[in-house]
Amino acid sequence: MNTATAEKLETPAAELAIRTQKLDLWYGTFQALFQVDLDIKNGIITSLIGPSGCGKSTFLRSVNRINERLGYVRIEGTIDVFDKNIYDADVELVQLRKQIGMVFQRPNPLPASIRDNILYGHRLHYTGKRLSRSDQDDIVEDALRQVLLWDKVKDRLHRKAIDLSLEEQQKLCIARLLPVQPQILLMDEPCSALDPKGTEAVEELIWELRGKYTILIVTHNMAQARRASEECIFMLMGKVVEHTATEDLFVTPKHQETANYIEGRYG
Amino acid sequence: MEMFSESLLNKKNKRIQSLYRSLFMMMTLLLILPVLVILSTLIYKGGSIISVDFLLTDPINGMTAGGIFPALFGTVWIVTVALIASVPLGVAAAIYLSEYAGDNWFTRAINLAIINLAGVPSIVHALFGVGAFVIFFGFGTSILSASLTLAIMTLPVVIVATKESLEAVPIAFREACWNMGATRWQTIRRVVLPNAVSGILTGVILEVSRTTGETAPIMFTGAAFFLPFLPQSVFDQTMAMSLHLFVVSTQVPNVPDALPYGVALVLIAMVLIMNSISIAFRMHLRGKKKW
Repeated sequence: MNTATAEKLETPAAELAIRTQKLDLWYGTFQALFQVDLDIKNGIITSLIGPSGCGKSTFLRSVNRINERLGYVRIEGTIDVFDKNIYDADVELVQLRKQIGMVFQRPNPLPASIRDNILYGHRLHYTGKRLSRSDQDDIVEDALRQVLLWDKVKDRLHRKAIDLSLEEQQKLCIARLLPVQPQILLMDEPCSALDPKGTEAVEELIWELRGKYTILIVTHNMAQARRASEECIFMLMGKVVEHTATEDLFVTPKHQETANYIEGRYG
Repeated sequence: MEMFSESLLNKKNKRIQSLYRSLFMMMTLLLILPVLVILSTLIYKGGSIISVDFLLTDPINGMTAGGIFPALFGTVWIVTVALIASVPLGVAAAIYLSEYAGDNWFTRAINLAIINLAGVPSIVHALFGVGAFVIFFGFGTSILSASLTLAIMTLPVVIVATKESLEAVPIAFREACWNMGATRWQTIRRVVLPNAVSGILTGVILEVSRTTGETAPIMFTGAAFFLPFLPQSVFDQTMAMSLHLFVVSTQVPNVPDALPYGVALVLIAMVLIMNSISIAFRMHLRGKKKW
């Protein structure tokens, strides 16, 4: 492990969480991102909207380099996370992913108990002496309280996570990231598998986490972007069209494409 | 109302449908018929000879009487050593192939080789075993040579079963781990393997039942015609059930009728018991799984 890298990532700069410059991305010969320049502010919720295939998920998946698993992805340009280019040779992937948690469309709790799900990330990264049971309990309680799930599940922490409702599973998947104290949470359409009530609950939670983490959320749901983000990015065909305060983007869009999209003319 | 009543076309289609249904059902019955015939013949002709004594005493009078203990004991030895050799190798190879290897010509070549290995006739394996283990490595005709030959022969079973059960673990679990910064190995160790273990064990038990019955690969490499004493180490020869059955049914004069049937019955019982355990075990573990 490279300690210099770890330190750099662990001390967030005040202003920007993520800055990309001239980011191009190809899947094989297909170019999915074109010259993406984005400055994503630290500590706020930013939403990414746009029609299917516009590159928003691709962008999200570049930020923790999970895209690389597909061997045919090629990137040019830079992605700086807290002023450090994450594609530099001295960046340790394990540290990067510890700092940048990710939540998926479909909740993906591990086939284990609720408690073990929460402790999984902690156990992966914790290097000190084995924690006592009560310390572990504190970690579990703290994470579950942050995602507003504690009161519901505190009496059944040893039950299988898969028995929870989808909404609770998704909250658990968010809670699971928290014990290692990530700086950034990436959410890829976190509510798309949920019913309206579950969606509302998860949105409420995302809003609750505001300020504690930098949150980047991809959504198909414009109402959600409007309700649950402070800044909003509109992407189209692999390019960033507009990036402003959410309020402004929806009320006074500067570009015709943005206006068309938010009025539902395509998507 | 005419609207919902049966037309001529309906009638014809129904007739054809029931024809095919009975055809396929007959094929299925035909399939299990041999098994039933074999089992009932064995029980009818060999059942009378089966006793605790039969299982636990040595053959006597030039193998025309007595029990089968050395052969039973030898088969357990051979199977155990074969498992010790092939399971770690096969499971490790399967983990590499399904969790680490990329999709390139090299991986595809290995997969092809495994499929072909499964198709090699057992007598060819036997001759390979003689050349490699008995002569080249100098293990002589011994349990070790026989077991290693069997191990190589049954490796594809273990590899394929393990690979299938690893691939049945949803990719979402792996993604969840990788995204929390788990290495591949941490992911395999904590999440993939625990969930694949039922499938792997099923493969292992299948391998056991196959290994138990094989004759050709062991008759040149380690199994003896007749040995009145038990093997002391893996470098000794041993009797084995499958070869013993061959010997008492074709090589020895004046064997009472019931003896070969009895040996066959014990052998087939060993295999069937193994298979049933495998099936029961798989059902038990599958029932617990939920995703």
